[in-house]
Amino acid sequence: MNTQTQVVELGYGGNERLMLNMGPQHPSSHGVFRMILTLAGETVVAVDAVIGYLHRCHEKLGETLTYAQYPSIASKTDYVAAMTAELAYVSAVERVGKIEVPKRAQYLRVIAAELQRIASHCLWLGTWCLDMGGAIGGGSTVFLYCMREREMILDRFEELTGARLLYGFHQVGGTRYDVPAGWDTKVRATVDFMEKRIDEYEAMLEGNAFFLVRTQGVGVISRELAQEVGVVGPLIRGSGVNYDVRRAEPYSSYRDFDFRVPVETAGDCYARYRVRMVEFRESIRIIRQALDGLPDGPISSRPGVKSVGQVRVPKGEGYARVEGPRGEVGCYLVSDGGPKPYRLKWRGASFTNLAVLPHIIPGHKVADVVAIMGSVDPVFGEVDR
Amino acid sequence: MTAADASTRIRERFGVEAVMADGVLSVVLPRERWQEFGRVAREELGCAYFNWLSAVDWKDQGLEVLCRVENLDARLVVMMRTRLVAGEARCPTLTHLWRGADWMERECYDMFGIVFEGHPDLRRILLSEGWEGHPLRKDYAVDTPFTPYR
Repeated sequence: MNTQTQVVELGYGGNERLMLNMGPQHPSSHGVFRMILTLAGETVVAVDAVIGYLHRCHEKLGETLTYAQYPSIASKTDYVAAMTAELAYVSAVERVGKIEVPKRAQYLRVIAAELQRIASHCLWLGTWCLDMGGAIGGGSTVFLYCMREREMILDRFEELTGARLLYGFHQVGGTRYDVPAGWDTKVRATVDFMEKRIDEYEAMLEGNAFFLVRTQGVGVISRELAQEVGVVGPLIRGSGVNYDVRRAEPYSSYRDFDFRVPVETAGDCYARYRVRMVEFRESIRIIRQALDGLPDGPISSRPGVKSVGQVRVPKGEGYARVEGPRGEVGCYLVSDGGPKPYRLKWRGASFTNLAVLPHIIPGHKVADVVAIMGSVDPVFGEVDR
Repeated sequence: MTAADASTRIRERFGVEAVMADGVLSVVLPRERWQEFGRVAREELGCAYFNWLSAVDWKDQGLEVLCRVENLDARLVVMMRTRLVAGEARCPTLTHLWRGADWMERECYDMFGIVFEGHPDLRRILLSEGWEGHPLRKDYAVDTPFTPYR
């Protein structure tokens, strides 16, 4: 037995660095994401983000599935906003194939996309407040309220498509389902109810000093950084850039609707929160307008999926983008004239939004990392694809 | 800066004709002028917004690198494209111009094996470190064995 004593100099000089693994199973990521934090005391000095745990190589998969098969798989990229993910793919196919979409289908797509935005923002708000802890809305109160309201929208989707999470609603040339009888009345009732609830969330949060301290001035993204990294959606609009795909390149009849694109200049977590709260209300406005003006006519320019055979897309390439709840979601598609894409590139909103983290986290405390990550609202299915 | 102004400037500086299609100004560049064009796009055309960077494998005709950048105020969209010689997978980096190129180039390296020269931290991003091959290459079969999983 070795009896020699070894003296270890601990050196409490204040210059020590601690490497801390946050994740891959950290509850605040709501997915699988690992951050290797370098800490000086409680302050983060460097971040190495490790992603890819949910990688399924959607782009390779897209090359092996036909244009009719892939839309229902597309919904698995951003599974919290499956409606807009599917829409991005079918829009790309329609752009390259020059396929018309009937007006009624365009309106149905808008209604579905905006309901999805509300559902997705509900999930974001609830989980973000849950992550920031007990001081906000009494622990899980905001979370449970948001989940309750999100359920109502999922019920509407279930009535529309038969599914609650991954819908398969969109198909190349239109939508697969028309609205069932009485659905519009239920949607109106749902959004009326939502509108009142949003006021309650705001009252709960904006009157809470803890919430304000934890979000204001935290995780600031400058206007320049936002554009350089290519962050999108509420992040870039929270940093003072007026960029919304629905305005920059209107698709699916968004020109017909009157809505406001909220822009905040502070660039912090609170600014991103404000942008999303306004988006809730603007989505409700768009849904009401779309229901009022819903035209009659066919819902697809192509036959139903059972007899669809194969969608043929001529040789060519194109990039189509839509504004999902997390921002610009796009598909770059190259066709060689065959039944499957030659190349499919997903430009996920969460991927670039997450890429900003290593630039904004250093200098903050560990507890702020959770608040910042929640304000980014990443969905790891879309980051890793 | 309108698209027409941009095309004129590109013609004068680089001697290439920019093609306008679907609202996107496509510019085909030789690899040697990739970074130089990037600087012009960033500083003179005002394309501060880095949208995405990726590649397409054209089999015998080599790899093509694509990069989409935008001037959001002027709504100018520029698609930079360059074709690498078959069998050669090296491309200059754009990370010094747009910080967003960092992760995008890492992903492109991971999926296509394109080495971005000058990238500060070029390593795999989505696949694990020990992965063999680059899945989005056309010669990579979907059912490539991967022990012990498949």
